[in-house]
Amino acid sequence: MGIQGWTYLFIFITFSVYVGIAIWSRVMSTRGFYVAGGTVHPLANGAATAADWMSAASFISMAGIISFLGRDGSVYLMGWTGGYVLLALLLAPYLRKFGQYTVPDFVGERYYSKTARLVAVICAIFISFTYVTGQMRGVGVVFSRFLEIEIFWGVFIGMVVVFTYAVLGGMKGITYTQVAQYCVLIFAYLLPAIFIAITLTGNVIPQIGFGAEVKGEEGVFLLDRLNGLNRDLGFSAYTGGSKSTIDVFFITAALMVGTAGLPHVIIRFFTVPKVSDARLSAFWALLFIAILYLTAPAVAAFARTNFLQTVSNTAYSEAPEWFRNWESTGLIKFEDKNGDGIMQYYNDENPAYASMAESNGWKGNEITVDRDIMVLANPEIARLPNWVIALVAAGGLAAALSTAAGLLLVISSAISHDLLKRMLLPKITESQELTVARIAAGAAVVIAGYFGVNPPDYVASVVAFAFGLAAASFFPVLVMGIFSKRMNREGAIAGMLVGLIFTAGYIIYFKFINPQANTSENWWFGISPEGIGTLGMLLNFAVSLSLGKFFPPPPDAVQRMVEDIRVPRRDHGERR
Amino acid sequence: MSKIDTRADDTPPSRSRQKYWRANLKILLLLLGVWFGTSFGLSILAVDVLDRVKFAGFPLGFWMAQQGSILIFLLIILVYTIWMNRLDKAYGVEEKRPKAGHDAS
Repeated sequence: MGIQGWTYLFIFITFSVYVGIAIWSRVMSTRGFYVAGGTVHPLANGAATAADWMSAASFISMAGIISFLGRDGSVYLMGWTGGYVLLALLLAPYLRKFGQYTVPDFVGERYYSKTARLVAVICAIFISFTYVTGQMRGVGVVFSRFLEIEIFWGVFIGMVVVFTYAVLGGMKGITYTQVAQYCVLIFAYLLPAIFIAITLTGNVIPQIGFGAEVKGEEGVFLLDRLNGLNRDLGFSAYTGGSKSTIDVFFITAALMVGTAGLPHVIIRFFTVPKVSDARLSAFWALLFIAILYLTAPAVAAFARTNFLQTVSNTAYSEAPEWFRNWESTGLIKFEDKNGDGIMQYYNDENPAYASMAESNGWKGNEITVDRDIMVLANPEIARLPNWVIALVAAGGLAAALSTAAGLLLVISSAISHDLLKRMLLPKITESQELTVARIAAGAAVVIAGYFGVNPPDYVASVVAFAFGLAAASFFPVLVMGIFSKRMNREGAIAGMLVGLIFTAGYIIYFKFINPQANTSENWWFGISPEGIGTLGMLLNFAVSLSLGKFFPPPPDAVQRMVEDIRVPRRDHGERR
Repeated sequence: MSKIDTRADDTPPSRSRQKYWRANLKILLLLLGVWFGTSFGLSILAVDVLDRVKFAGFPLGFWMAQQGSILIFLLIILVYTIWMNRLDKAYGVEEKRPKAGHDAS
């Protein structure tokens, strides 16, 4: 069977499973719809959180990014895992004890303010829409590349599937499909990685093989070989960095804090029965995430080595088969600038290397590569059977769909629960609220699908937004809400607004208003727009803590609530 | 259940709650110190110094940044989970049983 046949088969099987789970897990109550009834086992919640968190970007793009960045790529590895430490230690157990349905719920009640709730609702919807658009796009891309059907139909099929389980099953349907999706995506990620580790280094475990000697060449370590290959072509050494230390520091911090402040991740911890389960499921979540995140840097190094060894300075007529296959997708391009029929790939932006290139008769870098190819073409580069290639397609879809569903729930609950039930129409019944939640989820799927087909061209740059805004708005407000009894609504709202406006202003200036100025000389303290959320977060804390002192402390009921969420045991007669 | 759990009906005295909270904060500070030290300390600020050491074929700083830090994060959460469960029991504030779910599905 060919690649397409296998792909259709795998997609059919996995999608049937997802829809089957949706039908089995229909819900009839808002508690079921928003938090799966609070009955999810911590292990299942861990797997669901991992799938919820690992998006199309983690699955398809991350290894490729690291492959081109080398050590600088560590910001993503540490940033997107280290955030779970903050989440587990500072937020998850306490927010679980609070026991409501959404993040704006906590902000609104803790700061006894509809304004605070509204700001939180706007942030949650903005962050989630930014993110979900990328997922829908990922679905379309996988369909179009593996099945050669139009992006529109790819996105459409994805929408129908997400619609079915998100609208029918709410959080419960999403949770159990995410568990299934985790299994699909992790298997699809590990299998090619293991095979490549074996071919390149003779070692079964990619994480060890990545530091081992190159197969058949004693005394030559893979990373030393890779450093040499990189340097010979004018790139900086793979294990050395080229970003400034302060920027690496701030980007890592922004990604960590942003991760801990993302509403679709936080609400996953509302679904377990107990506070201790919230802690435990944070451990399971990071374990399941780490399995992929520890493999990604190995895949990155293998892919880079393979790429430089088989493509660079090879005659085009002798290009490997996968190169030809992927040329048709536009993900890799060869342009023979000096007309010698040989593919020159080197760093033509390195002035120190220019004379070297000239003496070789090279007239600029001739190969343009999309970073996504490092994962998508991996099985072909390693000459794996067709079904493994098809499995990667199913894995990419699982990663994109699982994240999309979690985000859609945040959007739907922000509208039906926070905006409608808690602010505009407090008198609606539970079943009316549930209907609105389903309609909102459905509408959000359609809007996300539209942007997936017609992506605004700024999608890539707004991802920095999602993390920066989560870091600068939600994280400080949530942490102070738990750890400072004295923090009042005036301080919190002012802090949130200052953090938001500062961060958004900085990113908008460098990404949209004046993109030419987006270089390290113009950045404040050398901090790039990707890392500015850290500064926004610090500003938020500073403003809240100082301004809050001039206003009265929160009412007694709120202070008692804070005391209460700090202790796992439920008191008698307390509302849940 | 025939036995009545009397403790569940009393609010624990607030002094013991305060002690519990202080013990909790100590655990947090210690573990967040480890978190900060491994990620921002060893893997970012001291990365070039550590790179002079070779570890299983890796420059140590590079390994810490791409593998070691993630493993330590995992360990931090595991230690936190076990430690907090013990603390909850020591102060008698652990949850006995999950409340039955109200999901009508």
